Amino acid sequence: MDMASLLMTAPELVLSVSGLALLMVAAYAGDGSARLVGWLSIAALAVAGWTLCGTPGHGGEAFDGLYRADAFGAFAKVLIYLAAAVSILVAPRFFATGREIRAEYAILILFACVGMGLMVSAGDMLTLYVGLELNSLASYVLASFMRQDSRSAEAGLKYFVLGALASGILLYGISLLYGFTGSTSYAGIATAMSEDGLSNGELFGLVFVLAGLAFKISAVPFHMWTPDVYEGSPTPVTAFFASAPKVAAMGLTVRVAMEAMGSALDSWQQIVIFVALASILFGAVAAIGQTNIKRLMAYSSINNVGFALVGLAAGTAEGVAAVMSYLAIYVVMTIGSFLCIMQMRDADGRPVEEIASLAGLSQSRKGLAAAFAIFMFSLAGIPPMMGFWAKFLVFDAAVGAGLTGLAAFGIAMSVIGAFYYLKIIKTIYFDEPAAVYAPAGSRIENALMAVAAAVIVLGYLLNPFLDKVSTAAAAALH
Amino acid sequence: MIGLQHYLVVSTILFVMGVLGIFINRKNIIIILMAIELILLSVNINLVAFSVYLGDLVGQVFSMFVLTVAAGEAAIGLAILVIYFRSRGTIAVDDANRMKG
Repeated sequence: MDMASLLMTAPELVLSVSGLALLMVAAYAGDGSARLVGWLSIAALAVAGWTLCGTPGHGGEAFDGLYRADAFGAFAKVLIYLAAAVSILVAPRFFATGREIRAEYAILILFACVGMGLMVSAGDMLTLYVGLELNSLASYVLASFMRQDSRSAEAGLKYFVLGALASGILLYGISLLYGFTGSTSYAGIATAMSEDGLSNGELFGLVFVLAGLAFKISAVPFHMWTPDVYEGSPTPVTAFFASAPKVAAMGLTVRVAMEAMGSALDSWQQIVIFVALASILFGAVAAIGQTNIKRLMAYSSINNVGFALVGLAAGTAEGVAAVMSYLAIYVVMTIGSFLCIMQMRDADGRPVEEIASLAGLSQSRKGLAAAFAIFMFSLAGIPPMMGFWAKFLVFDAAVGAGLTGLAAFGIAMSVIGAFYYLKIIKTIYFDEPAAVYAPAGSRIENALMAVAAAVIVLGYLLNPFLDKVSTAAAAALH
Repeated sequence: MIGLQHYLVVSTILFVMGVLGIFINRKNIIIILMAIELILLSVNINLVAFSVYLGDLVGQVFSMFVLTVAAGEAAIGLAILVIYFRSRGTIAVDDANRMKG
C-alpha cells in the first residue's frame, strides 16, 4: 500500500474510522449515548479539518490520480465540516420535544462527510461515483430520520427515488464518456476531448453527466425534489442539506467542468448559462407564494445555486474563485437562517414552520428578530451584508468573461428575489403579534447565531483572506 | 456478428424503459425500485461492452462498483419504503402527496 497516498486521504480516513468506532459505541450504549456520540463526532470533524493543514491540503495526486489533495478540495472540505458540525450541535434540542434523538444521527452525518470529501477531491469518475453515493445513501436515511412522522418518511422516499434516478443518469453519462474517450480519469477525458474535438458520443456523455449533477445541486429543471425534501425532513437535517451537500456537489460540478471538460467549454457553457438563468428565475418566482418557511428556504437555495452557476458559466479562474467565495458566504447565511428557523416554537416548545407565526417577533424576541432580518437582507443581496459581496463577485466574473447579458438578467432577477425575503422582515417587524414564543433558546444556538450574524455584517474585514484562499482554490484546478 | 452498437442499442432501450418506468408508472413504488435497477443494469451493459471493445479493464471494475452500490441502494430504498408503509398504510405513488406547493 502506498503510504504517501494514504496520508493524503487522512481526512476521510479519520472520519470513516471514527464513524465506525462511534457506531459501535451507539450500538452498545444505546440512544442514551446520543449526546456523547454527537460531541465525539464534532471532535472527529475538527481533527479531520486539522489534517487539512498538512499534506491532505496540498499534497497533489494520490492513488495514481484517483484522488486529489489540493487547495480546492481543502477549501470545500472546511465549509462542509463546519456545516456538518453545526447540524450535529443543534440536533439534540430539536429532537428533545417528544421526538426521538437517536445516536446514529451524528454518525450518518460523518459518513455523509466522508462521501462529500471524496466528491470534492475526486480525480476520477470512479471516485466521484463512490463519493456521491456514499453521501446520497446517508442523506436518504437522514431525510426520513423521524420515522413516526409521515412527512419525514415521504421526504425520504421522494429523495431516494429522484436521487437514484439522478445517479442513474450520471452513471449513464459516465459510461458514455468512458466508451468514447477510453478513460475514466479527468485527465484522460480531458486529453481525449482536446485531441480530436468533441465527438457526438462525448457530447451525449457530457450532457448526461451535467444533468445528473444538476439534480444533485437542485438546479432547474432538475429541482423538483427540493421543496418536498426540505419541508419533510427534520429541520437540523434540512439545514445540513441546504449547506454541506450543496458545497460538495457544486465543488464537484466545478471540478468536472473545468478539469475533465475544460476543452469543451463552448459546449457546456450554454448548458450552464441556461441552467443558471432558469434556476434564478424559478427560485425567485416560485418562492413568492410559499407559506412554509422551510419550503421557502428550498426555493431560496435553488435561487442561490443559480447565482453560483453564473460564476461557473464564466469558465475562468476568476469565475471559479467567485463560485467558491459565493459558497462560503452562502453556507454562513443559510446556516444562520436555519438557526433562526429552529427557534420558531409555539408556547409548548413544539417547532412551527408557518411564516405567519413570525408576526410580531420583533416585540417578543428582539435579538432573534434582528438576526433573522440580517440573514434575510443578506440572502436578498442588500449591502452592506456579505450576501451582496457574493453576488458582486459572480457577476463581476461573468462580465469579465463577456457574459454581460447573463449578469444583467441575474441582477434584475435578484430584485424579484428580494421581494419574498423582505416580506419575511415585514412580517417580523410590522405585523400584529400572533404567536407566543417559548423563552430564548440554548446558549450554544444563540452564540452560533450571533457569530453567523457578525460574520455576515462584518465579513468585509475577512475579504482579503477569502480572496486569497478562493484564488488559491481556483488555481489548484488545471 | 454482434458488435458494439448492438450492445449500445440494448442498453439504451433498457435505460429509456427505466426512466419511463419511473415517470409513467402511477401505481406502485416497488415498480419504481425495479425501474431504478433497470437503469443501473443498462449502465453496466454499456460499461462492460465498452470495456471489451477498448480492451481496457477499468470498465469492468467500474461495473463491479456499480453492482455493489446498487445493492446498498436497494436495501436503503426498501427500508425507507417499509417505514413509509408503516406510517401511511399504502405504497401507491399517487398517495405520496402530503406536501404540496
